[in-house]
Amino acid sequence: MAHSAIEVRGAVKRYGPIEAVNDVDLRVETGEVLGLIGHNGAGKSTLFKLMLGLVPATAGDIRIEGTPVRGAKFREVRQRLGYLPENVVLYDNLNGLETLAFFASLKGVSRSECAPLLERVGLAHAGDRRVRAYSKGMRQRLGFAQALLGNPKLLFLDEPTNGLDPEGIRQFYRILQEQRAQGTTIIITSHILSEIQERVDRIAIMKTGRIQALGTVASLREEMQLPLWFELRVAPEAHEALRNALAQLSIGEIEIDGHHVAVHCPRDRKMEVLNALTRFDHRIDDLHIREPSLEDVFLGYAG
Amino acid sequence: MHFKPIAILARKEFHDRIRNRWVLAVTLIFAVFALVIAYFGAAQQGAVGFRGIDVTIASLVSLVIYLVPLIALILGFDAVVGERERGSLDLLLSMPLTRLELLLGKFIGLSAALACSTVIGFGVAGAMLIQSEPAAALFHYGGFMLSSVLLGMAFLSLAVMVSVFAPDRGRASGMAIALWFFFVLVYDLLLLGGLVVTGGQVGAQAFPYLLLLNPTDVYRILNIFSLEDVRTLYGLTTVFPSHLAHPAVLGAVMIAWIVAPLALATWRFRK
Repeated sequence: MAHSAIEVRGAVKRYGPIEAVNDVDLRVETGEVLGLIGHNGAGKSTLFKLMLGLVPATAGDIRIEGTPVRGAKFREVRQRLGYLPENVVLYDNLNGLETLAFFASLKGVSRSECAPLLERVGLAHAGDRRVRAYSKGMRQRLGFAQALLGNPKLLFLDEPTNGLDPEGIRQFYRILQEQRAQGTTIIITSHILSEIQERVDRIAIMKTGRIQALGTVASLREEMQLPLWFELRVAPEAHEALRNALAQLSIGEIEIDGHHVAVHCPRDRKMEVLNALTRFDHRIDDLHIREPSLEDVFLGYAG
Repeated sequence: MHFKPIAILARKEFHDRIRNRWVLAVTLIFAVFALVIAYFGAAQQGAVGFRGIDVTIASLVSLVIYLVPLIALILGFDAVVGERERGSLDLLLSMPLTRLELLLGKFIGLSAALACSTVIGFGVAGAMLIQSEPAAALFHYGGFMLSSVLLGMAFLSLAVMVSVFAPDRGRASGMAIALWFFFVLVYDLLLLGGLVVTGGQVGAQAFPYLLLLNPTDVYRILNIFSLEDVRTLYGLTTVFPSHLAHPAVLGAVMIAWIVAPLALATWRFRK
């Protein structure tokens, strides 16, 4: 029987009276990209540690590729995992290439992979420089290269774009896309939600140790019934008539600022608003419909 | 248990200590101290210069008891807690290796660095001291170096245990210093104090066994007992039964001092 890449059933992790992870169920299929989001302290990193078998669960069953993460057989699965912990500080006294070679040998990966990997993450020029002299972004790139050693089947990336400049972020997502195309299962946490919303298959929103919502960005938006924003550029002399026309629909907020008009509209009444606006089409210079962002969805669930 | 990850971790720890010149610095400290002690050790008696090997070893034993535990504790106190604070411990543990393998790798690598310094440092000093001594002197000096390495490993094992139990580096260093004070300075005083206060009535029977509960005492007895010239000087034969003083027994006790803290550390680390 084919296993899911990750199966978490009823996972609980208590530290004294604190429930860091509380009855979490999660199934991630092979090749899927899951975004795990939540406030600081929501339990994301603890869930990562549970899934990697780094800490024992107080209760529940956690399996990767069908293998229990705390069992002796999990050692073999670890060779196919890549992990980038949050804010990792690698060894200052080693250079970039030596750092990768050290982790490669622990993972049983050929050292010949190291130099091409450094090049892939944009550190080819700094391979012989001590990590001590690396910037935060360079350390993050090195950490990511380490996670990619051995072309892992599963990637666990905890805040991977922390400290990266815009070019670094773009490069990171390009590599992630390449991994995804190869069928790598990826779990990623990020605080920059706009970054990941286009790049994941599903999102899990965590709050106080629980998964509050799980689904595609579109389905979560749908579920939340979050309103749309119509953003218009309208000549000021038409504002009054426009306001009256929209007021008849009684659809909520209308904000006017100079030439700009913003209309807050429930998703299921989008067409009514559009119909009302067509009557003003010659006085509307521009029209833009803004979908609720992942931030809006996130705040709706985790707020 | 797999030996490859142990070897990889041990090699890294050892290379780190070679690269940051730790091994070189400690080797020089051992060599210089050993020569100075050997040369000036009898200054109190109004003479300087190299004396017989037995007397020299007796002086060096006192030096080693202060110096080696301190250096071993400094070397190992952040082995695990340092990785934890750096955030690299989780990364290491996500690799295909067990916690026991991680501890053993670190312990063996650090032990190799300490053993290297001890053997070269005291070896260089010894080579200068015992050029004209008979083979028996060489044997005694070899035993002294070997037991010094074992003493270092016992304290390194305690240091690794501290580094597993301590929640942060600051507290780990405090615990390491407290262990040094306890075993090197306080323990014997307490033991003697107890004997004196009770007039030797309480604990006299247990006294030799209580000495075995301190690795520095085991080390002292191991070395002093094998030196004919100084054995009576220390009065050890009067309090320490000879069946306990056999090098094999004392060696086994020393090995127990290496294994027990590591075992405790592994138990805690697994939790």
